[in-house]
Amino acid sequence: MTQEEIIAKINEFLVEEFEVDAEKIIPTSNLRETLELDSLDYVDLVVIIESNFGFKVVAEDFINIHTFQDFYDYVNRKVAEKATA
Amino acid sequence: MNNRVVITGLGIWSCLGKNLDEVKESLYTGKSGIGMDMERKAWGYRSGLTGIVQRPELKGILDRRARVGLSEEAEYAYMATLEAMKNAKMDMSWVEKNEVGILYGNDSSAKAVSEAIDTIRLKKDTTLLGSGSIFQSMNCTVTMNLSTIFKLKGINFTISAACASGSHAIGLGYLMIKWGLQKHIICGGAQEVNPFAFGSFDGLSAFSIRENDPTKASRPFDKDRDGLIPSGGAATVILESYESAMERGAPILAEVVGYGFSSNGEHISNSSVDGQMRSLNMALEGAGLKASDIDYINAHATSTPGGDFAEAQAIDAVFGQSKPMISSTKSMTGHECWMAGASEIVYSTLMMQNNFVAPNINFENPDEASAKLNIVTKTTEKNIDVFLSNSFGFGGTNSSLIIKKIK
Repeated sequence: MTQEEIIAKINEFLVEEFEVDAEKIIPTSNLRETLELDSLDYVDLVVIIESNFGFKVVAEDFINIHTFQDFYDYVNRKVAEKATA
Repeated sequence: MNNRVVITGLGIWSCLGKNLDEVKESLYTGKSGIGMDMERKAWGYRSGLTGIVQRPELKGILDRRARVGLSEEAEYAYMATLEAMKNAKMDMSWVEKNEVGILYGNDSSAKAVSEAIDTIRLKKDTTLLGSGSIFQSMNCTVTMNLSTIFKLKGINFTISAACASGSHAIGLGYLMIKWGLQKHIICGGAQEVNPFAFGSFDGLSAFSIRENDPTKASRPFDKDRDGLIPSGGAATVILESYESAMERGAPILAEVVGYGFSSNGEHISNSSVDGQMRSLNMALEGAGLKASDIDYINAHATSTPGGDFAEAQAIDAVFGQSKPMISSTKSMTGHECWMAGASEIVYSTLMMQNNFVAPNINFENPDEASAKLNIVTKTTEKNIDVFLSNSFGFGGTNSSLIIKKIK
């Protein structure tokens, strides 16, 4: 899976499942504020990442994810790690 | 305090229709909502018969946070409550400024629980259940979700009383308002419709196996009945003090005047004539009415051999002189279980508003007990001033409600 494919997939589930307007998804924007995530939403984000990319996010990983770009980079890294494991 | 308690809103989502108009039409034409679910046969059910209830599409109506917590039955309850609040003229801005409560009957959320356990077994990870699982899985799934969605600030809990849950919810709401503890309460009952919910009930051989003729399978009081057909959906009945309804110009549809209840104190699943009679007499006494004042009885009769026989005896013992018109709308709906006590108030109030008695379809030949009753087999034009609705449940819990036309 290429980086572009990963970004497209993330954007797709954010629009479909988290019902965020596609035009609000800007790489430099703040993920939590844009999606208006509360503690319950993070649990659903873990579920959707697992079902789409096959790895489990641990809560601490979210600490360093601020922007959409951080999120793309994080998923990309984890997918690559999984591929080489 | 002794406030008058009136009904100002009704809403329904059932196998007879997705709103009051559709349901009224089905009741009038004696249309059955029963069909077959082949998935149940694949699961090893004795009977695949069920009420056929559509799932509402809530995307676009409710936001994601609200939707993920809704169990199947809570979705039905949301739709029924939306309709009831609309026709009670309760909009969100009014609700936010007033103390509106919710008392809803529900006694399972088996699908949500089963699917969650399956996920834990498969994934070995509880986080992967997602955030909505707990709010779908608890018995109070309807009240916890609807109180949040509609921003309710009054009394808020679920009544679990088997197949009398919905009826007791209305009965308790009636008492709360009568005694001045609340002014407006959203009451009702909800029932999930899926193979997870009914396996253990099917295992008791309680269901009809007349699978070759689904619309003929539910035949309360008929000599050849062979069991009930599980069904579901949700029904909402908004109760309010008469003063409050008048004050805000709400439509007053009917008045709740009696609530009788009792416990059999006997067998866990068998009916008791004595227990049912105590409930009926308590309702009449509380309403200050005589048996002859009742124009119509919506019987609990589910189409089981033992249950219908006992109820026919209890009704005959109390109403044998006046012989009011009787039908069991379960002949069309099947047994809506936790929801039935509320839906049957909606069905009967629709009859009261539109001056007819819906038929007890499939009643062809009486047995020894039902031969003594005035069972209506064809839609009958009739002015109903007062009706009574029975609901009985496992564990011997009985509830009888009496509703009167406002004059």
